[in-house]
Amino acid sequence: MESVNSPANSALRKTPLNALHRRLGAKMVNFGGWDMPVAYPGSGGLVAEHKAVRNGVGVFDVSHMGDIRIHTEKHPGEALRAVQHLTMNDASKLAIGQAQYSAMLYPEGTFVDDVIVHRLGEDDYLLVINAGTREKDVHWVKKNTAGFDCAVDDLSDIYTQLAIQGPHAVDVLRKLTDANLDSIKSYWFTHGIVCGLKNSLIARTGYTGEDGFEIYIPSDVTTSERVWNAVMEAGKEFAILPCGLGARNTLRLEAKMALYEHEISDTINVWEAGLDRYCKMAKGNFLGRAALEKAHAAGLARTLVGLEMIDRGIARDGYSCVDEHGKFLGVITSGSPSPTLGKNIALAYVPPPHSALGSKVYVEVRAQRCKAQVVATPFYKRIRKASAKQ
Amino acid sequence: MAYPTQYRYTKDHEWIEAKGGTGTIGITDYAQHELGDVVFVELPKPGTKLAAGKTFASVESVKAVSEIYAPVDGEVVEANPVLQNRPETINSEPHGAGWLVKIKLANAADVNGLMGAAAYEAYIEEKQKEASA
Repeated sequence: MESVNSPANSALRKTPLNALHRRLGAKMVNFGGWDMPVAYPGSGGLVAEHKAVRNGVGVFDVSHMGDIRIHTEKHPGEALRAVQHLTMNDASKLAIGQAQYSAMLYPEGTFVDDVIVHRLGEDDYLLVINAGTREKDVHWVKKNTAGFDCAVDDLSDIYTQLAIQGPHAVDVLRKLTDANLDSIKSYWFTHGIVCGLKNSLIARTGYTGEDGFEIYIPSDVTTSERVWNAVMEAGKEFAILPCGLGARNTLRLEAKMALYEHEISDTINVWEAGLDRYCKMAKGNFLGRAALEKAHAAGLARTLVGLEMIDRGIARDGYSCVDEHGKFLGVITSGSPSPTLGKNIALAYVPPPHSALGSKVYVEVRAQRCKAQVVATPFYKRIRKASAKQ
Repeated sequence: MAYPTQYRYTKDHEWIEAKGGTGTIGITDYAQHELGDVVFVELPKPGTKLAAGKTFASVESVKAVSEIYAPVDGEVVEANPVLQNRPETINSEPHGAGWLVKIKLANAADVNGLMGAAAYEAYIEEKQKEASA
């Protein structure tokens, strides 16, 4: 999440909460062309934010994410057909009010982007996409749905999106909405009043490996700041913290959730990324399917594994992974100290013979070769309350 | 946090205190604040030669690795033993117990070319203005 291709500050895009982040003293970075808070040092910083989400609650401004609506009123079934063509998961399984993790693929079976598909209505879908790939995604969706009788709307700029995450997220949001949150299961959503705003989308989704909600509200500055402040006020008794992209990255890494241009990209296919369970080959044809069928028959040249450092040293994005003789195996896609585990963890692509649990590999950390071992992923898995009660 | 007036400072946010041919080097409060929680420090062994402007150590936060540049030429005589197990000392006491190395100065006069505390404070104030612009 380092600032790459930094254009001049003025060229960076800003969310409606940009001024608020600056007032809070956030450290800002260029993330995919967006001027975003990486951490709020004044209220604790990255590690405190990470722990707040694991143990209490935190709030993230994720308004930089994009939203594409695919819908039709006159041609029943066409919106679904378009979504099925565009994405790899099986959207026909979605009930109204349900969402699924999925991805849009190139004909090569590699990633345009990963997305969350929400079914808003009978013939109405909302795809939530990444910030850095917004324009590319919108163009891709429009181009590849031209043959379907459905409308495609880019709604990215009409929403401010807040992610309220952590075991107390439900307690915080409960104070601000009339919606019955307990009836919303993970990866389901509803519409309700949030802070007096009627018909707000409330989804039980997130990118932290923790329970939580993402809410979608109007994107004007006044409303956005009012809702943010209301969330902070409601969260006070749970010691809520504003959280930046730094904690978002360590949280999603512990939960082994993919980040575009890291674990998934236009050169990595679905099988390599280990996202098989979100790819429904049996649903019928879709973009990328033919290439994936071939790739499946050919077998894997590399696969994504979780690593834990044995030697002192932190594997970072882009570092090389080698065998005991120094032979190149692959690259680290994400690496960081894990605030929850107190260990240094990483994700890397390695050839399958090196992917068994317990396999030893080496990471080139500057001048040193540091030993690491392949471990089970996700590195962190929350204990679900519902299953604990059973 | 105040910047000690007896120290000299670099544009890369290192400080050095020179005393009778020996220099103690650390990173400034501004630098530790920019880095966030320090979790790992890699220091050179005694005997290592440092060249002004060249990296000699790295300090890692959860978020990133920062290379540390030698303010002047010299030879390492001691690396701070505290930082191996308590790297966060750099956050709590950047100008004191969180020092990185002590070196034998190649030329005691070299430090005179670096910024004094007032000049460094003006420099970082300018940086902060740029960042919030």
